[in-house]
Amino acid sequence: MAQSPQPMSFAIEARDICKRFGEVRANDCISLGIEGGTIHGMVGENGAGKSTLLKMLFGFYTPDSGEILVCGKPVSFVSPANAMACGIGMVHQHFMLVEPFTVLENIILGAEGSHNLGVAKTAARATLLELEEKFGFDLPLDEPVENLAVGVRQRAEILKALYKGAEILILDEPTAVLTPQECDQLFALVKLLKEQGKTILFVTHKLHEIMAVTDDITVIRAGKVVAARKTCETSAAELAELMVGAKVVREVAREKHKEDTARLVLRAVCCANDQGREALKNVSLEVRNGEVLGIAGVAGNGQTELLEVITGLRAVTAGSIEVSGAVVNSCEHKTDAIALRRMGVAHVAEDRLKTGVVESMPALDNIILGYQREPDFSSNGILRLNNIANKAADYFESQDVRPRNPNLKIGSFSGGNQQKIVIAREIARDPQLLVIGQPTRGVDIGAVTKIHDQITELRNAGKALLVVSADLDELLAISDRIAVMCEGEIMGTLVVEDADERTLGLMMAGQRPEHGSAVAKEAG
Amino acid sequence: MAVGAKKLPWWADGILLPTLNLLAAFLVSGIVIFAMGESPLEVLSLLVAGAFGFEEGISYTFYYATNFIFTGLAVSLAFHAGHFNIGGEGQAMIGGLGLALAVFMVGDGSPFFAVTMGIIGAAAFGAAWAYIPAYLQAKRGSHIVITTIMFNFIASALLAYFLVGPLQRPGGQMPESADFPASASLVGIHEMLAGLGITFEEGPMNISLLIALLCAVGVWFLLARTRFGYELRVVGQNQNAARFGGISVSRMTIVAMMISGALAGMMGLNELLGDQHRLVGGFTQGYGFVGIAVAFMGRNHPLGIVLASVLFGALYQGGSEISFEISTITNDVIIMIQGLVILFAGAMPHLFKGMIDMILGKLAGRVAA
Repeated sequence: MAQSPQPMSFAIEARDICKRFGEVRANDCISLGIEGGTIHGMVGENGAGKSTLLKMLFGFYTPDSGEILVCGKPVSFVSPANAMACGIGMVHQHFMLVEPFTVLENIILGAEGSHNLGVAKTAARATLLELEEKFGFDLPLDEPVENLAVGVRQRAEILKALYKGAEILILDEPTAVLTPQECDQLFALVKLLKEQGKTILFVTHKLHEIMAVTDDITVIRAGKVVAARKTCETSAAELAELMVGAKVVREVAREKHKEDTARLVLRAVCCANDQGREALKNVSLEVRNGEVLGIAGVAGNGQTELLEVITGLRAVTAGSIEVSGAVVNSCEHKTDAIALRRMGVAHVAEDRLKTGVVESMPALDNIILGYQREPDFSSNGILRLNNIANKAADYFESQDVRPRNPNLKIGSFSGGNQQKIVIAREIARDPQLLVIGQPTRGVDIGAVTKIHDQITELRNAGKALLVVSADLDELLAISDRIAVMCEGEIMGTLVVEDADERTLGLMMAGQRPEHGSAVAKEAG
Repeated sequence: MAVGAKKLPWWADGILLPTLNLLAAFLVSGIVIFAMGESPLEVLSLLVAGAFGFEEGISYTFYYATNFIFTGLAVSLAFHAGHFNIGGEGQAMIGGLGLALAVFMVGDGSPFFAVTMGIIGAAAFGAAWAYIPAYLQAKRGSHIVITTIMFNFIASALLAYFLVGPLQRPGGQMPESADFPASASLVGIHEMLAGLGITFEEGPMNISLLIALLCAVGVWFLLARTRFGYELRVVGQNQNAARFGGISVSRMTIVAMMISGALAGMMGLNELLGDQHRLVGGFTQGYGFVGIAVAFMGRNHPLGIVLASVLFGALYQGGSEISFEISTITNDVIIMIQGLVILFAGAMPHLFKGMIDMILGKLAGRVAA
């Protein structure tokens, strides 16, 4: 075995890792060393190869070539169990928790240590209390996970990894679902873990976060490491440039908006979620032509249902929704999704892969979803394949979708390119009202700029837009007004000039704004 | 065509995998036959000769294949809509019942009218029988796999009731109906060929083979070229996206299952109108179930289903010939071979997928390096 030329201080190291999927080189000779006891940041556009690398470090994939070293020793993982045995723990973006189980049961899952669950729990509880003490956790061990807030669930995931002996923690997009306050708590926890000697790999696309918590940063672009920096020696602007390979201009010119008639009006709307619980409580909103209304809130506070009642996917239980003056959703009548599209309501679904596209179908099939009954896509029940192919080529060209091949399954495009395809589909028919959920979730910086520009262009052209986003920076950048949701209610609506992250964060946590003057006039 | 999109290139998925599965089934069968003291190669050559070596054999092979095309298409259509229709057997039985009722109602007259009514009766009854589980799934959430299985038993009992009751041959003791009116009969392929001046030995292969092939083309066209087929595939792949696209999932479930049931029901054309000319208890003989294996082996693509149907037809026909030639290879051994093919090709179609994926990945890596 070759002697390591590197200092032994690397807790985990990847050397010349290559991984390809068919034609795509997801990782092309990636080398990366993470010093023990540091917080290492990894940034890169979506589709740059970050997830692939993480999956190899955690044993989901095996590299085609190259080696992984843990504490200087080469390892070869064939499953996550091997990685865990080497002291690597991972907190996934989508938590791996069994919701009806308690925190304690989730933590010992797969590491019970005894066939007698009672014995196992008692033993685990003692160990966990020690760990909690050491790292300053205060988790309700006997509470079912489904009753916990997202931030608490995430800490349960971290504690789970620590319980299983993790010395190296991989956090994949850990802040995607957190409120600003929860993010601060996470950062504090991460720093404490570092003080206790743990090594952390922090993966995110939010640059100010990576600047705030990390010691070193690796930038990945197109499957390659393009830069390795000390955090203190770089800046967010430099990182953004490195990530996309060109200077990023994030400021979008916004023309003075014209107050016009209301395009969308919600009057005291209530609705139930899939479990039959009340999801929206007396929501009243108004979106005028030529404005962007942002909806902020922690995920799961009714935003999903709000998007669904507006776009005809869910019936209201009280109140009414009007588009262009016509009632489209009330207790008596719900206009269906296709009819709404014909009324000029376009919808970019918040969960792209779950709802917005059919992952296993080619892009070609996906560009007609929702519009399959329009005469240029089908006539007399027969698909007009030539027209569809031409439209797909147009969309790919105008949105600069890569690779330029609409016959590929949409699931094989990167998140940003998927979103470009979806947006092209939804704006193609000149919608009067565009309802967008999470416009840039899982989208790389280059595409974010383009998407924001398009939103502003539509706004400037006098369209009405309603945008739900978990990213406050985004809402502050593109909205005219921001409404904040908490537990199905609108906490208040601020004009963007009066809004900042702190105020919004408090409202997201359930506080109504103190200054009545800051609340913009609401509809209804 | 986007039907049945998979990760592997089409040739590996559509040709290499089924071939490997088939070889694996033959290999295991060969070991058993060898252990019985017979020559596997001899058995294989007898099987091929029995299925394709003489005109009557060929006729039987394609006669069986016709049944499999109908039931295989039935399974695959429901599968594209995201449902596992295990009820092909029952739908075929009830389809046969509908066919018999229709031809008895029409009586003797114009052959074209009688046959047309027979087809309509078979398809309509098959569709109606599939409607009930589909409705229960769409509106009540009862799982289609469970209900279609149970409906097979109900269908069997219902058919038995008719065949020992209202439809039983007058004075007869067997669970079978009276003979169909003479006009209710499908032309044999040998008769058609004779009309063209080609002599072909008499056999059960009949024009319903062509109807089955037309159905295969129809299913392909429906899935790949029509808006309905597009919506059906969307529902099958992602119900949330379907709702997003304004497609009614419950309506599509019902319609897709009814088409599936109609296809299964049409199996009776071949068995009853083409060959037996009366309704016989148990005429479906498990073709509805084997249709599941056919659909899987054919990768749910109509062309693949036709090819898989011919394979299974050959197994049925060639297998029955072997037992005439070698006394130790009894019918049970033939059933075992068929079972192994179903096991490898139908139940474990992805057995070798990982291996091929890995080999192709390595090859691609080497070419690129």
